[in-house]
Amino acid sequence: MFMGMSAEILARLQFAFTISFHFIFPAFSIGTAAFLAYLNFLYLWKKDGAYLRLFDYWKTIFAVTFGMGVVSGIVISYQFGTNWATFSDKAGAVIGPLMGYEVLTAFFLEAGFLGIMLFGRKRVGDRLHFFATLMVALGTLVSATWIISANSWMQTPAGYTIAENGQYVPADWWAIIFNPSFPYRLVHTVLAAFLTTAFAVGAVGAYHLLADRTNRQARIMFSMAMWMAALVTPLQIVAGDAHGLNTLEHQPAKIAAMEGHYETQSGAPLILFGIPNDETETTDFAIEIPKLGSLILTHDPEGEIKGLKEWAKTDRPPALIPFITFRVMVGLGFLMLCLGLWSLWLRWRGRLYDNVWLHRAAILMGPSGFVAVLAGWYTTEVGRQPYTIYGLLRTSDSLSNVDAPAVGTSLIAFIIVYFVVFGAGVFYLLRLMRRTPQTDDHELEKAPNRAAGITPGPAQSSRMEPKNGH
Amino acid sequence: MAIDLAFVWAGIIAFSVLAYVVLDGFDLGIGILFPLFPEKHDRDVMTNSIAPVWDGNETWLVLGGGGLMAVFPLAYATIMPALYMPIIAMLLGLIFRGVAFEFRWRTERWRPVWDVGFAAGSTLAAFTQGIALGALVQGISVTGRQYSGGWWDWLTPFSVLTGVAVVFGYALLGACWLNLKTSGPLQAKARRHAMIAGVATLIMIGIVSLWTPFIREIYFARWFGWPTAFFSAFVPLLLAVCAFALWHGLTTGKNLQPFLAALGLFVLSFAGIGISFYPYIVPGALTIYEAAAPDSSLSFLLVGAVVLVPIILAYTGYAYWVFRGKIDPEEGYH
Repeated sequence: MFMGMSAEILARLQFAFTISFHFIFPAFSIGTAAFLAYLNFLYLWKKDGAYLRLFDYWKTIFAVTFGMGVVSGIVISYQFGTNWATFSDKAGAVIGPLMGYEVLTAFFLEAGFLGIMLFGRKRVGDRLHFFATLMVALGTLVSATWIISANSWMQTPAGYTIAENGQYVPADWWAIIFNPSFPYRLVHTVLAAFLTTAFAVGAVGAYHLLADRTNRQARIMFSMAMWMAALVTPLQIVAGDAHGLNTLEHQPAKIAAMEGHYETQSGAPLILFGIPNDETETTDFAIEIPKLGSLILTHDPEGEIKGLKEWAKTDRPPALIPFITFRVMVGLGFLMLCLGLWSLWLRWRGRLYDNVWLHRAAILMGPSGFVAVLAGWYTTEVGRQPYTIYGLLRTSDSLSNVDAPAVGTSLIAFIIVYFVVFGAGVFYLLRLMRRTPQTDDHELEKAPNRAAGITPGPAQSSRMEPKNGH
Repeated sequence: MAIDLAFVWAGIIAFSVLAYVVLDGFDLGIGILFPLFPEKHDRDVMTNSIAPVWDGNETWLVLGGGGLMAVFPLAYATIMPALYMPIIAMLLGLIFRGVAFEFRWRTERWRPVWDVGFAAGSTLAAFTQGIALGALVQGISVTGRQYSGGWWDWLTPFSVLTGVAVVFGYALLGACWLNLKTSGPLQAKARRHAMIAGVATLIMIGIVSLWTPFIREIYFARWFGWPTAFFSAFVPLLLAVCAFALWHGLTTGKNLQPFLAALGLFVLSFAGIGISFYPYIVPGALTIYEAAAPDSSLSFLLVGAVVLVPIILAYTGYAYWVFRGKIDPEEGYH
């Protein structure tokens, strides 16, 4: 059964599979929650019903995404115990309280106000409803903060002592929470979540602009998304660079794997493409730019970069996956930057809503955030192998005392259920995104001359949405 | 004055598990009752009655699990592998249950499929939670710091019995919730089902209670030995009071009383389990003191729990207050 795979490899596959699916949903809902809070704010501020209709449009998409994030997240919180019991026993005293705080400060906040945000506007009124939306958005950010802190501690552990029974005992919570890689990882991840949402929203806006470039809701969402693309992508590139330098300091083996460097060298090249081979310890078919690797990583063309051979073979991460996924992430990042700059240019020329090629490109880039987030995640998680807690606890020593058939059976069950359930969910999401954002019925009644096809004038923006409009 | 941190935390974890059981209990109960309400209109009202609150209810499960890892890591690391299959099955059940709330509104043609998923997922989650409880009561073999049993140890006649008991118990909670939140024919039907589920639940509580003392000597000593027998005698007495309140509330058409009585049955049964377990957290293997995390973890998280749990209870209560009263069938949430 299970092709002779060990419980360890099956458990790793299970974790990789379930967390990959899970990560997609919060990556989208973090940005979407903030987007919804901002739309809600604009509606209250400008008294413009268009923002409320956009809110209702994206609210449903958020609800479906959030639901899938919740159910796939619970799996993770129990998987630490089922498959990784030794890790839980040893690190639970450090990791557990961080996740405990995530539940207490974030999950309850999101869940408590989600019902009011989705269903309660008529019952509590606009202002309290806005407050509820704000709390949900805040909850998603707080949640990200704690879980990134926990993950970062596993990458760059600090503030602990080791007890006689092998447990990691917290000595300094400040040092644990604000461990060396945490601030960089947090900024990089949260910006990634915002960009993921921005490009998804931009694609939806572009899709509807291609059908009707006068659709006001489509214009608003496309414009907002392109502002995000133009302004946040450069920030993200800076944040990513800083995160990379932090990794070089604390996890140089991960950097060596990402760069495909086996030999330690001064004036190291930047390998654009190639195929790292851990057997021969060479990166085959490499296309290189001399000195650039050292320049980027040490900001000195003659700087020394450690190669994988600095570490014993058993202490190295596998190079191929981080090497490829890192390039996918960076490549998508620069495509995002191009789209953002292109949109700025066209906006300046007053052609933002008219250029079909921009719209087509934006649709093509719709999934780019999701792919980049996953690629970045694989880079950092595979790159920290062979450890679960970097330098302290090996992945192979973290496992539960479970039989391979148990892990394999549950893995197959997860694969089947996830593809059925989340496949259907993604299908419904796409169908929700295909809905044409409606102009309001009341507007059509009151202003029958403003039918589809006529550019909405500024007069519309001053009209307040009736409270029980929907 | 030193605080007994492990004891305080055992209380908090027990509270969050109890909160999960009674709150998500009625959500899951509605899923269990779904096959008995084939009409689309009824099903819409049933899911709408819990749509705004189910996610918050389920969060107590994450607090129970995540909290266990934080404050009793050794218990977490031995219980989860021991209950491997029931836990995985529960998680898969909860997935189908959770997505159905949104999915069933997103499609006409496939709604029956997600309705089946909602019902089957809820029932599976309830059944496996009951199995997990039964398996835990029977005890888990631990060697060193690891679970040392097989991956089918959890399957026994007793654990199947507790699984069925929890399904009936949740169905009772769900039916009493519907009695509280709905009106007309739907309420009348819910009341009839509550009566049946109530009788079944009480029978189950009786069988499990009579069986449990004979599983382990310590349970027997707890229930029939002096002085603890003095306290344990109160539990059956109060159970009888709740049973009467349930029957009385249902037959005289009360809205809230049956739900409170059903909650009482759960609280008392839970207290009964607590009397049997204490001071063990993994029966027969680990006490709360042996499984507890270092004091630096317990006190760090306790500060947050003391401040935040009351706040959580307050805004959760507010969310329930916002959606108080009978469900208006015409008020479509979607």
